[in-house]
Amino acid sequence: MSDLTKLTAAEIAKRISDGDVSAEEVTRAHLDRIAAVDGKVHAFLHVDADGAIAAAREVDAKRARKETLGPLAGVPVAVKDVLTTKGVPTTAGSKILEGWRPPYDSTVVERLRDAGTVILGKTNMDEFAMGSSTEYSAYGPTNNPWDLGRIPGGSGGGSAAAIAAYEAPLAIGTDTGGSIRQPGAVTGTVGSKPTYGGTSRYGLIAFSSSLDTPGPCARTVLDAALLHEVMAGHDWRDSTSIPQPVPPVVEAARRGMTGDLTGVKLGLVTQFDAGEGAEPGVMAAFHDALAALTKLGAELVEVSAPHFQYALPAYYLIAPSECSSNLARFDGVRYGLRVGDDGNRSLEEVMSLTREAGFGPEVKRRIMLGTYALSSGYYDAYYGQAQKVRTLITQDFNQAFEQVDVLVSPTTPFVAFPFGSRTSDPYQMYLADLFTIPTNLYGGPGISVPCGLSDGLPVGFQIMAPTMADDRMYRVAAALESAVGTLTPPSLEG
Amino acid sequence: MAAISRDEVAHLARLSRLAVTEQELDTFAGQLDVILQAVARVGEVAAADIPPTSHSVPLTNVLREDVVINCLTREEALAGAPDVEEDRFRVPRILDEEA
Repeated sequence: MSDLTKLTAAEIAKRISDGDVSAEEVTRAHLDRIAAVDGKVHAFLHVDADGAIAAAREVDAKRARKETLGPLAGVPVAVKDVLTTKGVPTTAGSKILEGWRPPYDSTVVERLRDAGTVILGKTNMDEFAMGSSTEYSAYGPTNNPWDLGRIPGGSGGGSAAAIAAYEAPLAIGTDTGGSIRQPGAVTGTVGSKPTYGGTSRYGLIAFSSSLDTPGPCARTVLDAALLHEVMAGHDWRDSTSIPQPVPPVVEAARRGMTGDLTGVKLGLVTQFDAGEGAEPGVMAAFHDALAALTKLGAELVEVSAPHFQYALPAYYLIAPSECSSNLARFDGVRYGLRVGDDGNRSLEEVMSLTREAGFGPEVKRRIMLGTYALSSGYYDAYYGQAQKVRTLITQDFNQAFEQVDVLVSPTTPFVAFPFGSRTSDPYQMYLADLFTIPTNLYGGPGISVPCGLSDGLPVGFQIMAPTMADDRMYRVAAALESAVGTLTPPSLEG
Repeated sequence: MAAISRDEVAHLARLSRLAVTEQELDTFAGQLDVILQAVARVGEVAAADIPPTSHSVPLTNVLREDVVINCLTREEALAGAPDVEEDRFRVPRILDEEA
Protein backbone atom coordinates (compact mmCIF):
# COMPACT_ATOMS: atom_id res chain seq x y z
CA MET A 1 0.00 0.00 0.00
CA SER A 2 1.33 3.41 -1.00
CA ASP A 3 1.99 5.81 1.85
CA LEU A 4 -0.07 8.41 0.00
CA THR A 5 -3.25 6.49 0.77
CA LYS A 6 -2.50 6.52 4.49
CA LEU A 7 -2.38 10.31 4.69
CA THR A 8 -5.23 12.43 5.97
CA ALA A 9 -6.99 14.77 3.57
CA ALA A 10 -5.42 17.74 5.36
CA GLU A 11 -1.94 16.27 4.85
CA ILE A 12 -2.59 15.45 1.17
CA ALA A 13 -3.84 18.98 0.48
CA LYS A 14 -0.77 20.48 2.13
CA ARG A 15 1.68 18.25 0.24
CA ILE A 16 0.03 19.09 -3.07
CA SER A 17 -0.03 22.78 -2.30
CA ASP A 18 3.65 22.65 -1.21
CA GLY A 19 4.57 20.86 -4.42
CA ASP A 20 5.86 17.73 -2.63
CA VAL A 21 3.55 15.53 -4.65
CA SER A 22 1.25 16.02 -7.64
CA ALA A 23 -2.50 15.59 -7.50
CA GLU A 24 -2.15 13.02 -10.27
CA GLU A 25 0.24 10.90 -8.18
CA VAL A 26 -2.20 11.02 -5.25
CA THR A 27 -5.11 10.04 -7.49
CA ARG A 28 -3.18 7.20 -9.11
CA ALA A 29 -2.18 5.87 -5.69
CA HIS A 30 -5.84 5.69 -4.67
CA LEU A 31 -6.93 4.16 -7.99
CA ASP A 32 -4.21 1.51 -7.49
CA ARG A 33 -5.46 0.84 -4.00
CA ILE A 34 -9.02 0.45 -5.29
CA ALA A 35 -7.79 -1.98 -7.94
CA ALA A 36 -5.93 -3.95 -5.26
CA VAL A 37 -8.60 -4.26 -2.55
CA ASP A 38 -12.04 -3.40 -3.87
CA GLY A 39 -12.53 -6.95 -5.10
CA LYS A 40 -12.66 -7.87 -1.41
CA VAL A 41 -14.43 -4.80 -0.06
CA HIS A 42 -16.82 -3.87 -2.91
CA ALA A 43 -17.16 -0.29 -1.74
CA PHE A 44 -17.54 1.10 -5.29
CA LEU A 45 -20.32 0.65 -7.82
CA HIS A 46 -18.48 2.71 -10.40
CA VAL A 47 -14.88 3.92 -10.57
CA ASP A 48 -14.38 6.95 -12.82
CA ALA A 49 -10.62 6.62 -13.36
CA ASP A 50 -10.50 8.85 -16.46
CA GLY A 51 -12.57 11.61 -14.86
CA ALA A 52 -10.47 11.45 -11.69
CA ILE A 53 -7.15 11.71 -13.51
CA ALA A 54 -8.45 14.59 -15.64
CA ALA A 55 -9.59 16.45 -12.51
CA ALA A 56 -6.23 15.81 -10.82
CA ARG A 57 -4.31 17.10 -13.84
CA GLU A 58 -6.41 20.24 -13.78
CA VAL A 59 -5.33 20.87 -10.18
CA ASP A 60 -1.69 20.27 -11.12
CA ALA A 61 -2.03 22.70 -14.04
CA LYS A 62 -3.57 25.33 -11.78
CA ARG A 63 -0.73 24.95 -9.34
CA ALA A 64 1.81 25.24 -12.17
CA ARG A 65 0.12 28.52 -13.12
CA LYS A 66 0.46 29.58 -9.48
CA GLU A 67 -3.30 29.97 -9.06
CA THR A 68 -4.73 29.79 -5.57
CA LEU A 69 -5.85 26.28 -4.63
CA GLY A 70 -8.82 25.52 -2.40
CA PRO A 71 -8.30 23.84 1.00
CA LEU A 72 -8.97 20.35 -0.43
CA ALA A 73 -7.62 20.80 -3.98
CA GLY A 74 -6.36 17.52 -5.39
CA VAL A 75 -7.80 15.40 -2.56
CA PRO A 76 -9.70 12.31 -3.77
CA VAL A 77 -13.32 11.88 -2.70
CA ALA A 78 -15.74 8.97 -3.12
CA VAL A 79 -19.40 9.91 -3.60
CA LYS A 80 -22.41 7.89 -2.47
CA ASP A 81 -24.32 6.72 -5.52
CA VAL A 82 -27.46 8.62 -4.52
CA LEU A 83 -26.05 12.00 -5.61
CA THR A 84 -26.21 12.80 -9.30
CA THR A 85 -22.96 13.12 -11.23
CA LYS A 86 -23.27 14.49 -14.77
CA GLY A 87 -22.58 11.78 -17.33
CA VAL A 88 -21.40 9.32 -14.66
CA PRO A 89 -23.70 6.36 -13.77
CA THR A 90 -25.94 6.98 -10.76
CA THR A 91 -28.09 4.09 -9.54
CA ALA A 92 -29.03 4.77 -5.89
CA GLY A 93 -28.19 1.08 -5.43
CA SER A 94 -31.29 0.14 -7.43
CA LYS A 95 -31.90 -1.90 -10.55
CA ILE A 96 -34.55 0.59 -11.59
CA LEU A 97 -31.80 3.13 -12.37
CA GLU A 98 -29.24 0.72 -13.79
CA GLY A 99 -27.23 2.43 -16.52
CA TRP A 100 -28.73 5.88 -15.93
CA ARG A 101 -26.34 8.75 -16.58
CA PRO A 102 -27.74 11.95 -15.05
CA PRO A 103 -27.81 15.07 -17.24
CA TYR A 104 -26.73 17.29 -14.32
CA ASP A 105 -24.54 17.46 -11.21
CA SER A 106 -26.00 17.63 -7.72
CA THR A 107 -25.06 20.80 -5.83
CA VAL A 108 -22.80 18.84 -3.49
CA VAL A 109 -20.90 17.32 -6.42
CA GLU A 110 -20.70 20.70 -8.15
CA ARG A 111 -19.13 22.18 -5.02
CA LEU A 112 -16.68 19.28 -4.78
CA ARG A 113 -15.60 19.95 -8.37
CA ASP A 114 -15.38 23.72 -7.82
CA ALA A 115 -13.14 23.08 -4.81
CA GLY A 116 -10.75 21.03 -6.94
CA THR A 117 -11.38 17.72 -5.16
CA VAL A 118 -11.00 14.62 -7.30
CA ILE A 119 -14.08 12.41 -7.57
CA LEU A 120 -12.92 8.79 -7.72
CA GLY A 121 -16.30 7.17 -8.26
CA LYS A 122 -19.64 6.20 -6.79
CA THR A 123 -20.06 4.11 -3.67
CA ASN A 124 -22.38 1.25 -2.82
CA MET A 125 -25.45 1.71 -0.65
CA ASP A 126 -28.70 0.13 0.40
CA GLU A 127 -31.24 0.68 -2.35
CA PHE A 128 -32.51 4.29 -2.25
CA ALA A 129 -30.70 4.66 1.11
CA MET A 130 -33.10 2.32 2.91
CA GLY A 131 -31.18 -0.04 5.16
CA SER A 132 -28.40 -0.35 7.73
CA SER A 133 -26.11 -2.94 6.14
CA THR A 134 -25.82 -2.50 2.31
CA GLU A 135 -27.48 -5.92 2.08
CA TYR A 136 -30.37 -4.21 0.30
CA SER A 137 -28.13 -2.95 -2.53
CA ALA A 138 -29.25 -4.46 -5.84
CA TYR A 139 -25.55 -4.86 -6.68
CA GLY A 140 -24.49 -6.98 -3.71
CA PRO A 141 -23.25 -5.91 -0.28
CA THR A 142 -20.11 -4.06 0.74
CA ASN A 143 -17.84 -5.96 3.14
CA ASN A 144 -16.56 -4.34 6.33
CA PRO A 145 -12.76 -3.90 6.12
CA TRP A 146 -12.56 -4.90 9.81
CA ASP A 147 -14.12 -8.30 9.09
CA LEU A 148 -15.15 -9.11 5.54
CA GLY A 149 -17.95 -11.36 6.82
CA ARG A 150 -19.69 -8.46 8.52
CA ILE A 151 -21.80 -5.52 7.40
CA PRO A 152 -20.20 -2.07 6.89
CA GLY A 153 -23.35 -0.33 8.10
CA GLY A 154 -25.87 1.38 5.91
CA SER A 155 -27.15 2.85 3.97
CA GLY A 156 -23.80 4.52 3.22
CA GLY A 157 -21.70 1.41 3.84
CA GLY A 158 -19.77 1.89 0.61
CA SER A 159 -18.58 5.38 1.53
CA ALA A 160 -17.55 4.34 5.05
CA ALA A 161 -15.81 1.15 3.89
CA ALA A 162 -13.96 3.04 1.13
CA ILE A 163 -12.30 5.35 3.64
CA ALA A 164 -11.72 2.59 6.23
CA ALA A 165 -9.98 0.52 3.51
CA TYR A 166 -7.80 3.51 2.45
CA GLU A 167 -9.43 3.55 -1.00
CA ALA A 168 -10.22 7.25 -0.45
CA PRO A 169 -9.38 9.74 2.31
CA LEU A 170 -12.81 11.36 2.10
CA ALA A 171 -16.32 10.35 1.08
CA ILE A 172 -19.77 11.85 0.83
CA GLY A 173 -22.74 10.19 2.52
CA THR A 174 -26.36 11.05 3.11
CA ASP A 175 -28.16 10.63 6.42
CA THR A 176 -31.93 10.23 6.73
CA GLY A 177 -32.04 8.16 9.93
CA GLY A 178 -28.37 7.40 10.55
CA SER A 179 -26.97 6.42 7.13
CA ILE A 180 -23.75 8.40 7.62
CA ARG A 181 -23.25 7.91 11.36
CA GLN A 182 -23.99 4.20 11.79
CA PRO A 183 -21.64 3.14 8.93
CA GLY A 184 -19.02 5.46 10.47
CA ALA A 185 -19.47 3.75 13.83
CA VAL A 186 -19.16 0.16 12.59
CA THR A 187 -16.17 0.88 10.30
CA GLY A 188 -14.20 2.92 12.86
CA THR A 189 -14.43 6.14 10.84
CA VAL A 190 -15.89 9.61 11.36
CA GLY A 191 -19.38 10.26 9.93
CA SER A 192 -21.09 13.61 10.25
CA LYS A 193 -24.70 14.56 9.58
CA PRO A 194 -24.92 18.36 9.27
CA THR A 195 -27.96 20.36 10.33
CA TYR A 196 -30.88 19.56 8.00
CA GLY A 197 -30.88 22.35 5.41
CA GLY A 198 -27.19 23.06 6.02
CA THR A 199 -26.22 21.02 2.95
CA SER A 200 -28.15 21.06 -0.31
CA ARG A 201 -30.48 18.26 -1.41
CA TYR A 202 -30.47 19.40 -5.04
CA GLY A 203 -29.52 16.34 -7.08
CA LEU A 204 -29.84 14.02 -4.09
CA ILE A 205 -32.26 11.29 -5.19
CA ALA A 206 -35.01 11.79 -2.63
CA PHE A 207 -35.99 9.15 -0.06
CA SER A 208 -37.52 11.23 2.74
CA SER A 209 -37.35 14.89 1.79
CA SER A 210 -37.89 16.33 5.26
CA LEU A 211 -35.00 14.26 6.66
CA ASP A 212 -32.40 13.61 3.90
CA THR A 213 -29.10 15.37 4.66
CA PRO A 214 -25.80 15.03 2.77
CA GLY A 215 -22.66 15.05 4.89
CA PRO A 216 -18.97 14.18 5.12
CA CYS A 217 -17.20 10.87 5.94
CA ALA A 218 -13.50 10.85 6.84
CA ARG A 219 -10.84 9.14 8.96
CA THR A 220 -10.29 12.18 11.18
CA VAL A 221 -12.58 14.85 12.64
CA LEU A 222 -10.57 17.67 11.04
CA ASP A 223 -10.88 16.05 7.61
CA ALA A 224 -14.64 15.72 8.08
CA ALA A 225 -14.82 19.41 9.02
CA LEU A 226 -12.77 20.44 5.98
CA LEU A 227 -15.11 18.50 3.69
CA HIS A 228 -18.15 19.88 5.55
CA GLU A 229 -17.08 23.45 4.80
CA VAL A 230 -16.57 22.67 1.12
CA MET A 231 -19.95 20.97 0.60
CA ALA A 232 -22.22 23.04 2.89
CA GLY A 233 -23.93 26.40 2.55
CA HIS A 234 -27.06 27.95 1.14
CA ASP A 235 -28.31 26.78 -2.27
CA TRP A 236 -31.16 28.57 -4.03
CA ARG A 237 -32.03 25.36 -5.86
CA ASP A 238 -33.12 23.68 -2.59
CA SER A 239 -36.13 25.42 -1.03
CA THR A 240 -35.30 24.01 2.43
CA SER A 241 -31.69 25.19 2.33
CA ILE A 242 -30.96 27.47 5.28
CA PRO A 243 -29.89 30.99 4.17
CA GLN A 244 -27.19 31.39 6.83
CA PRO A 245 -23.39 31.10 6.86
CA VAL A 246 -21.85 27.65 7.40
CA PRO A 247 -21.03 27.15 11.09
CA PRO A 248 -17.25 27.45 11.74
CA VAL A 249 -16.64 23.69 11.88
CA VAL A 250 -12.95 23.66 10.88
CA GLU A 251 -12.05 26.24 13.51
CA ALA A 252 -14.03 24.22 16.06
CA ALA A 253 -12.25 20.98 15.13
CA ARG A 254 -8.86 22.66 15.50
CA ARG A 255 -9.91 24.04 18.87
CA GLY A 256 -11.08 20.59 19.97
CA MET A 257 -7.77 19.05 18.94
CA THR A 258 -6.09 20.97 21.76
CA GLY A 259 -7.89 18.59 24.09
CA ASP A 260 -9.45 21.21 26.33
CA LEU A 261 -13.17 20.92 27.03
CA THR A 262 -13.26 23.03 30.18
CA GLY A 263 -16.77 24.27 30.81
CA VAL A 264 -18.42 22.15 28.10
CA LYS A 265 -21.58 20.43 29.30
CA LEU A 266 -22.36 17.02 27.83
CA GLY A 267 -25.95 15.80 28.19
CA LEU A 268 -26.57 12.13 28.86
CA VAL A 269 -30.09 11.23 27.84
CA THR A 270 -31.48 9.29 30.80
CA GLN A 271 -33.64 7.19 28.50
CA PHE A 272 -30.61 6.25 26.36
CA ASP A 273 -28.21 5.64 29.19
CA ALA A 274 -30.51 3.02 30.67
CA GLY A 275 -28.65 0.87 28.14
CA GLU A 276 -31.83 -0.61 26.74
CA GLY A 277 -31.05 -2.10 23.39
CA ALA A 278 -27.29 -1.45 23.47
CA GLU A 279 -24.77 -4.27 23.75
CA PRO A 280 -22.64 -4.39 26.92
CA GLY A 281 -19.42 -4.01 24.90
CA VAL A 282 -20.79 -0.87 23.25
CA MET A 283 -21.85 0.61 26.59
CA ALA A 284 -18.43 -0.18 28.09
CA ALA A 285 -16.59 1.67 25.30
CA PHE A 286 -19.09 4.54 25.56
CA HIS A 287 -18.50 4.93 29.30
CA ASP A 288 -14.72 4.80 28.83
CA ALA A 289 -15.09 7.66 26.34
CA LEU A 290 -17.19 9.63 28.82
CA ALA A 291 -14.44 9.21 31.40
CA ALA A 292 -11.87 10.45 28.86
CA LEU A 293 -14.00 13.51 28.09
CA THR A 294 -14.42 14.42 31.76
CA LYS A 295 -10.61 14.25 32.11
CA LEU A 296 -10.48 16.95 29.41
CA GLY A 297 -12.67 19.17 31.55
CA ALA A 298 -16.15 18.34 30.25
CA GLU A 299 -19.03 18.11 32.68
CA LEU A 300 -21.65 15.37 32.46
CA VAL A 301 -25.28 16.31 33.04
CA GLU A 302 -28.23 13.94 32.96
CA VAL A 303 -31.12 15.19 30.86
CA SER A 304 -34.52 13.71 30.26
CA ALA A 305 -35.96 13.31 26.77
CA PRO A 306 -39.17 11.39 27.47
CA HIS A 307 -40.32 11.21 23.85
CA PHE A 308 -37.12 9.76 22.40
CA GLN A 309 -38.55 6.30 22.97
CA TYR A 310 -41.14 7.10 20.29
CA ALA A 311 -38.61 8.35 17.75
CA LEU A 312 -38.11 5.00 16.01
CA PRO A 313 -41.85 4.33 15.56
CA ALA A 314 -42.46 7.92 14.40
CA TYR A 315 -39.57 7.72 11.96
CA TYR A 316 -40.86 4.47 10.46
CA LEU A 317 -44.13 6.21 9.68
CA ILE A 318 -42.78 9.55 8.44
CA ALA A 319 -39.89 8.26 6.31
CA PRO A 320 -41.89 5.52 4.51
CA SER A 321 -44.75 7.98 3.91
CA GLU A 322 -42.42 10.43 2.21
CA CYS A 323 -40.71 7.55 0.39
CA SER A 324 -43.98 6.23 -1.03
CA SER A 325 -44.60 9.65 -2.52
CA ASN A 326 -41.03 10.33 -3.71
CA LEU A 327 -40.56 6.94 -5.36
CA ALA A 328 -43.71 7.40 -7.44
CA ARG A 329 -41.43 9.13 -9.95
CA PHE A 330 -39.95 5.75 -10.91
CA ASP A 331 -42.67 4.90 -13.40
CA GLY A 332 -40.66 3.63 -16.38
CA VAL A 333 -41.35 6.74 -18.43
CA ARG A 334 -38.62 9.35 -18.02
CA TYR A 335 -35.56 7.35 -16.99
CA GLY A 336 -34.38 3.92 -16.00
CA LEU A 337 -35.98 0.55 -16.43
CA ARG A 338 -39.15 -0.30 -18.35
CA VAL A 339 -40.50 -3.85 -18.21
CA GLY A 340 -43.36 -5.58 -20.05
CA ASP A 341 -44.03 -2.99 -22.74
CA ASP A 342 -45.16 -5.48 -25.43
CA GLY A 343 -47.51 -3.15 -27.27
CA ASN A 344 -50.59 -4.68 -25.64
CA ARG A 345 -50.21 -3.86 -21.97
CA SER A 346 -51.54 -0.59 -20.56
CA LEU A 347 -49.35 2.09 -18.99
CA GLU A 348 -50.53 1.04 -15.55
CA GLU A 349 -49.62 -2.61 -16.13
CA VAL A 350 -46.20 -1.69 -17.49
CA MET A 351 -45.65 0.63 -14.54
CA SER A 352 -46.52 -2.12 -12.05
CA LEU A 353 -44.30 -4.68 -13.78
CA THR A 354 -41.44 -2.17 -14.01
CA ARG A 355 -41.62 -1.28 -10.32
CA GLU A 356 -41.98 -4.93 -9.32
CA ALA A 357 -38.85 -5.85 -11.29
CA GLY A 358 -36.88 -2.71 -10.47
CA PHE A 359 -37.35 -2.39 -6.69
CA GLY A 360 -35.95 -4.71 -4.03
CA PRO A 361 -37.81 -6.04 -0.98
CA GLU A 362 -37.04 -3.26 1.52
CA VAL A 363 -38.07 -0.52 -0.89
CA LYS A 364 -41.32 -2.35 -1.62
CA ARG A 365 -42.03 -2.77 2.09
CA ARG A 366 -41.50 0.92 2.75
CA ILE A 367 -43.56 2.06 -0.21
CA MET A 368 -46.46 -0.09 0.97
CA LEU A 369 -46.01 0.94 4.60
CA GLY A 370 -46.07 4.61 3.60
CA THR A 371 -49.06 4.10 1.35
CA TYR A 372 -50.84 2.53 4.31
CA ALA A 373 -49.89 5.29 6.76
CA LEU A 374 -51.15 7.95 4.35
CA SER A 375 -54.45 6.19 3.51
CA SER A 376 -57.66 7.88 4.49
CA GLY A 377 -58.87 6.27 7.70
CA TYR A 378 -55.30 5.61 8.92
CA TYR A 379 -53.74 9.03 8.25
CA ASP A 380 -54.59 10.59 11.64
CA ALA A 381 -53.60 7.56 13.69
CA TYR A 382 -50.31 6.97 11.88
CA TYR A 383 -48.79 9.78 9.79
CA GLY A 384 -50.58 12.62 11.60
CA GLN A 385 -49.74 11.22 15.03
CA ALA A 386 -46.10 10.65 14.02
CA GLN A 387 -45.82 14.32 13.02
CA LYS A 388 -47.09 15.35 16.45
CA VAL A 389 -44.55 13.07 18.10
CA ARG A 390 -41.95 14.81 15.95
CA THR A 391 -42.97 18.11 17.56
CA LEU A 392 -42.58 16.60 21.04
CA ILE A 393 -39.14 15.18 20.21
CA THR A 394 -38.09 18.64 18.96
CA GLN A 395 -39.31 20.11 22.26
CA ASP A 396 -37.26 17.51 24.16
CA PHE A 397 -34.15 18.62 22.25
CA ASN A 398 -34.84 22.31 22.81
CA GLN A 399 -35.30 21.77 26.55
CA ALA A 400 -32.16 19.63 26.76
CA PHE A 401 -30.09 22.28 25.00
CA GLU A 402 -31.16 24.84 27.60
CA GLN A 403 -29.18 22.75 30.10
CA VAL A 404 -26.28 21.37 28.08
CA ASP A 405 -24.11 22.22 25.05
CA VAL A 406 -24.38 18.87 23.29
CA LEU A 407 -26.02 15.47 23.83
CA VAL A 408 -23.96 12.29 23.70
CA SER A 409 -24.79 8.61 23.21
CA PRO A 410 -23.44 5.48 21.56
CA THR A 411 -23.98 5.86 17.80
CA THR A 412 -25.56 2.47 17.31
CA PRO A 413 -26.63 -0.25 19.76
CA PHE A 414 -24.45 -2.98 18.30
CA VAL A 415 -21.13 -3.43 16.52
CA ALA A 416 -20.94 -4.68 12.90
CA PHE A 417 -23.11 -7.78 12.69
CA PRO A 418 -22.61 -10.81 10.39
CA PHE A 419 -24.33 -10.77 7.00
CA GLY A 420 -27.81 -12.26 6.99
CA SER A 421 -28.42 -11.93 10.72
CA ARG A 422 -31.05 -9.15 10.49
CA THR A 423 -32.61 -9.47 7.04
CA SER A 424 -35.38 -11.96 7.84
CA ASP A 425 -36.98 -9.66 10.43
CA PRO A 426 -36.86 -6.13 8.98
CA TYR A 427 -37.62 -4.52 12.34
CA GLN A 428 -34.39 -5.95 13.79
CA MET A 429 -32.54 -4.02 11.08
CA TYR A 430 -34.42 -0.81 11.99
CA LEU A 431 -33.08 -1.00 15.56
CA ALA A 432 -29.60 -0.12 14.25
CA ASP A 433 -30.82 3.49 14.06
CA LEU A 434 -32.29 3.66 17.57
CA PHE A 435 -29.89 6.38 18.75
CA THR A 436 -29.42 8.27 15.48
CA ILE A 437 -33.04 8.83 14.47
CA PRO A 438 -34.08 11.43 17.11
CA THR A 439 -31.63 13.98 15.66
CA ASN A 440 -33.04 13.51 12.16
CA LEU A 441 -36.58 14.19 13.36
CA TYR A 442 -35.37 17.31 15.19
CA GLY A 443 -33.21 18.48 12.27
CA GLY A 444 -30.03 19.10 14.23
CA PRO A 445 -26.52 17.89 13.48
CA GLY A 446 -24.94 14.66 14.77
CA ILE A 447 -21.50 13.13 14.40
CA SER A 448 -20.09 9.67 15.06
CA VAL A 449 -16.46 9.40 16.09
CA PRO A 450 -14.60 6.15 16.92
CA CYS A 451 -14.23 5.60 20.69
CA GLY A 452 -12.75 2.12 20.98
CA LEU A 453 -13.29 -1.55 20.23
CA SER A 454 -15.69 -4.21 21.45
CA ASP A 455 -14.58 -7.77 20.68
CA GLY A 456 -12.15 -6.32 18.15
CA LEU A 457 -14.81 -4.30 16.30
CA PRO A 458 -15.19 -0.49 16.29
CA VAL A 459 -17.65 1.37 18.52
CA GLY A 460 -18.92 4.82 17.62
CA PHE A 461 -19.57 7.75 19.98
CA GLN A 462 -22.34 10.10 18.90
CA ILE A 463 -22.44 13.84 19.63
CA MET A 464 -25.61 15.81 18.87
CA ALA A 465 -25.81 19.62 18.77
CA PRO A 466 -28.52 22.26 18.31
CA THR A 467 -29.50 23.21 14.77
CA MET A 468 -26.84 25.32 13.02
CA ALA A 469 -24.43 24.74 15.93
CA ASP A 470 -22.57 22.01 14.04
CA ASP A 471 -19.29 23.53 15.26
CA ARG A 472 -20.01 22.40 18.84
CA MET A 473 -20.09 18.72 17.94
CA TYR A 474 -16.87 19.01 15.92
CA ARG A 475 -15.11 20.52 18.89
CA VAL A 476 -16.14 17.70 21.23
CA ALA A 477 -15.47 15.05 18.56
CA ALA A 478 -11.95 16.37 17.90
CA ALA A 479 -11.25 16.46 21.64
CA LEU A 480 -12.37 12.85 22.02
CA GLU A 481 -10.21 11.85 19.05
CA SER A 482 -7.21 13.57 20.64
CA ALA A 483 -7.78 11.47 23.77
CA VAL A 484 -8.55 8.04 22.30
CA GLY A 485 -6.86 8.23 18.87
CA THR A 486 -8.02 6.89 15.52
CA LEU A 487 -8.61 3.22 14.68
CA THR A 488 -6.76 1.21 12.03
CA PRO A 489 -8.38 -1.92 10.58
CA PRO A 490 -6.40 -5.10 9.91
CA SER A 491 -4.49 -5.25 6.61
CA LEU A 492 -6.48 -6.33 3.58
CA GLU A 493 -3.38 -7.47 1.71
CA GLY A 494 -2.25 -11.05 1.33
CA MET B 1 -54.64 -9.84 16.36
CA ALA B 2 -52.91 -9.01 13.12
CA ALA B 3 -52.65 -5.29 12.32
CA ILE B 4 -52.90 -5.93 8.61
CA SER B 5 -54.34 -8.76 6.49
CA ARG B 6 -52.96 -10.37 3.33
CA ASP B 7 -55.85 -8.86 1.35
CA GLU B 8 -55.01 -5.39 2.63
CA VAL B 9 -51.39 -5.87 1.59
CA ALA B 10 -52.58 -6.92 -1.89
CA HIS B 11 -54.61 -3.70 -2.03
CA LEU B 12 -51.59 -1.63 -0.95
CA ALA B 13 -49.48 -3.30 -3.64
CA ARG B 14 -52.07 -2.30 -6.27
CA LEU B 15 -52.17 1.28 -4.98
CA SER B 16 -48.35 1.32 -5.01
CA ARG B 17 -48.21 -0.03 -8.61
CA LEU B 18 -46.22 -3.08 -7.57
CA ALA B 19 -47.08 -6.31 -9.40
CA VAL B 20 -46.05 -8.45 -6.42
CA THR B 21 -46.07 -12.26 -6.58
CA GLU B 22 -48.26 -14.50 -4.39
CA GLN B 23 -45.17 -15.57 -2.48
CA GLU B 24 -44.16 -11.95 -1.85
CA LEU B 25 -47.65 -11.24 -0.54
CA ASP B 26 -47.24 -13.99 2.07
CA THR B 27 -43.85 -12.65 3.15
CA PHE B 28 -44.79 -8.96 3.14
CA ALA B 29 -48.05 -9.56 5.03
CA GLY B 30 -46.17 -11.09 7.95
CA GLN B 31 -43.38 -8.50 7.91
CA LEU B 32 -45.64 -5.47 7.56
CA ASP B 33 -47.73 -6.79 10.43
CA VAL B 34 -44.66 -6.88 12.72
CA ILE B 35 -43.61 -3.39 11.62
CA LEU B 36 -47.09 -1.89 12.00
CA GLN B 37 -47.52 -3.33 15.49
CA ALA B 38 -44.19 -1.71 16.45
CA VAL B 39 -44.86 1.70 14.92
CA ALA B 40 -48.41 1.83 16.30
CA ARG B 41 -46.70 2.76 19.59
CA VAL B 42 -46.89 6.41 18.50
CA GLY B 43 -50.55 6.12 19.51
CA GLU B 44 -49.51 5.85 23.19
CA VAL B 45 -48.47 9.51 23.23
CA ALA B 46 -51.08 12.00 24.40
CA ALA B 47 -50.70 14.59 21.64
CA ALA B 48 -54.20 15.87 20.91
CA ASP B 49 -53.22 19.54 21.40
CA ILE B 50 -49.77 19.25 19.84
CA PRO B 51 -49.26 20.83 16.41
CA PRO B 52 -47.71 18.53 13.79
CA THR B 53 -44.18 19.10 12.45
CA SER B 54 -43.77 18.36 8.76
CA HIS B 55 -40.38 19.97 8.53
CA SER B 56 -37.61 21.21 10.81
CA VAL B 57 -36.81 24.35 8.82
CA PRO B 58 -39.30 27.16 9.43
CA LEU B 59 -39.22 28.58 5.90
CA THR B 60 -42.27 29.37 3.78
CA ASN B 61 -42.79 30.53 0.20
CA VAL B 62 -39.16 30.22 -0.78
CA LEU B 63 -38.70 31.62 -4.26
CA ARG B 64 -35.56 32.12 -6.28
CA GLU B 65 -34.59 35.32 -8.05
CA ASP B 66 -36.78 35.92 -11.10
CA VAL B 67 -34.03 35.62 -13.68
CA VAL B 68 -33.75 33.54 -16.84
CA ILE B 69 -31.40 30.58 -16.46
CA ASN B 70 -30.43 27.66 -18.64
CA CYS B 71 -32.41 24.45 -18.37
CA LEU B 72 -31.87 20.98 -19.83
CA THR B 73 -32.02 20.72 -23.59
CA ARG B 74 -34.62 18.40 -25.11
CA GLU B 75 -31.87 15.89 -25.94
CA GLU B 76 -30.55 15.95 -22.38
CA ALA B 77 -34.01 15.54 -20.88
CA LEU B 78 -34.83 12.60 -23.13
CA ALA B 79 -31.41 10.93 -23.00
CA GLY B 80 -32.27 8.60 -20.12
CA ALA B 81 -35.78 7.68 -21.23
CA PRO B 82 -36.59 4.03 -21.95
CA ASP B 83 -38.51 4.97 -25.11
CA VAL B 84 -38.62 8.17 -27.17
CA GLU B 85 -40.65 9.09 -30.23
CA GLU B 86 -40.74 12.42 -32.09
CA ASP B 87 -38.70 14.16 -29.38
CA ARG B 88 -41.14 13.07 -26.69
CA PHE B 89 -41.37 10.39 -24.00
CA ARG B 90 -43.24 7.46 -25.52
CA VAL B 91 -45.58 5.67 -23.11
CA PRO B 92 -47.71 2.56 -23.41
CA ARG B 93 -51.39 3.05 -24.17
CA ILE B 94 -53.26 5.00 -21.50
CA LEU B 95 -56.85 4.71 -22.80
CA ASP B 96 -58.66 1.66 -24.18
CA GLU B 97 -59.02 1.49 -27.96
CA GLU B 98 -62.78 1.92 -27.72
CA ALA B 99 -62.74 4.71 -25.21
